[in-house]
Amino acid sequence: MTSLAKLLEAALFASARPIPFDELSALDLDSSPAALRAALDEVREHYDQEGHGVELVEIGEGWQILTRAEYTEAIERAQLAARPQRLSAAALESLAIIAYRQPIGRAEIEEIRGVAVGGVLKSLHERGLIDVVGRGEGLGRPLHYGTTPAFLEQFALRHLDELPRADELAVALRSAASEQSASIPATTGAA
Amino acid sequence: MTATHALPHDAPSTAATVRSFRGDGDSTIPAFLVDAGTFSGPLDLLLALIREEQVDIYDIPIARICEQFLARISTLELNDAAEYLEMAARLLRIKAQMLLPRADGDDQWDDPRAELVRRLLEYQQMREVVDVLERRGEMRRNQFARSYVQSSITPPAPIALSLSLPELLAAVDRILRAVRQPTMHEVVARPLDVPGAITIIRAVLALRERVRWLDLVAIDAEPWQVLSTLLGILEMAKVGELRVFQQKPFGSVDIVRDVAGEAA
Repeated sequence: MTSLAKLLEAALFASARPIPFDELSALDLDSSPAALRAALDEVREHYDQEGHGVELVEIGEGWQILTRAEYTEAIERAQLAARPQRLSAAALESLAIIAYRQPIGRAEIEEIRGVAVGGVLKSLHERGLIDVVGRGEGLGRPLHYGTTPAFLEQFALRHLDELPRADELAVALRSAASEQSASIPATTGAA
Repeated sequence: MTATHALPHDAPSTAATVRSFRGDGDSTIPAFLVDAGTFSGPLDLLLALIREEQVDIYDIPIARICEQFLARISTLELNDAAEYLEMAARLLRIKAQMLLPRADGDDQWDDPRAELVRRLLEYQQMREVVDVLERRGEMRRNQFARSYVQSSITPPAPIALSLSLPELLAAVDRILRAVRQPTMHEVVARPLDVPGAITIIRAVLALRERVRWLDLVAIDAEPWQVLSTLLGILEMAKVGELRVFQQKPFGSVDIVRDVAGEAA
């Protein structure tokens, strides 16, 4: 590996979170962005081709070294590291709504889910997946929530745009749905 | 569009039950009960029912779905049922609105189900995102990152004390000596003599019906004497032994024996 690739590898190894590209470039101010990308590719290929137990992943608006999935069970069995608990269905639903509609207030989330979400929001906040990003204009100036960098990391997303766009989903958009509801042919209804 | 959302229970058997239920043409409730607690909310349950009944989401047979809905939530505890009951009430209201007569060929008629359909579609869209998140979250869960923890600055280890008992006692003694004696405040008895002043005033008033303030207070009186006399006058005025007059502002104060008060 080139010395730049080795430097990046060392920095990525030392960090507990994904390192954004601009922070990587601060490691060596003389290197051009192109050289940095080439060095990152070099590290990744090095891991992939020489058979390493770890891999370099682009995730959470940055780069991170992660263990390969096939060794997870053995590591967990030996109690060296533990997988985080899965989120409940209720938490995932609220998180999905926040990811798409952020910034969004509690009342709007409850409107879509049809249930109270106070407790769920609290636990999502405690897990660092959402944060308060502002306040709404409405009555009582409700808190608005948005997703955090930790959300991207824990859901293996490079950035928010990687989520499927609303119009790519099988179900039509909210506005389209209300237009179609009166006249849509029966074939597009529920299976 | 339903393929993305796994049914929270055994789909084939429910479908079979639904078919037999339909075949009878009987409107009794199917003989299975699903724990509504496995659904994440009323919309989730509603979507599951729509799938099971295999009805068109844009043309929901409200009465049938509502009946099923109520059957499912009948086993819920009141606390859990609240949100489902709200949805049940909504369904009944929609049914009631649909029963209202409307003119033939009335294009202006708004389907009362439209809002519900919109919410269901929105909810289903969100469920698709949940599937994406679930898949990707599971992917990431199976990989570990470096769990590097910044080592906090550890406090220096305490130095072992080598101290004999006399040294310790001497130290305590030094500290006790250094402690200042607490300052004591002397509490002085109140130097006023109101009862004495009252006795004097009463004696003066026994001789003269009307006296002036300056007659009661000597020119060279101490402050405590002036105050005692003043308080005595006020006290006697309160109980009605005398009355106090003043002809004009800042004028001399006349003190008059109160005959009525005296009599009492």
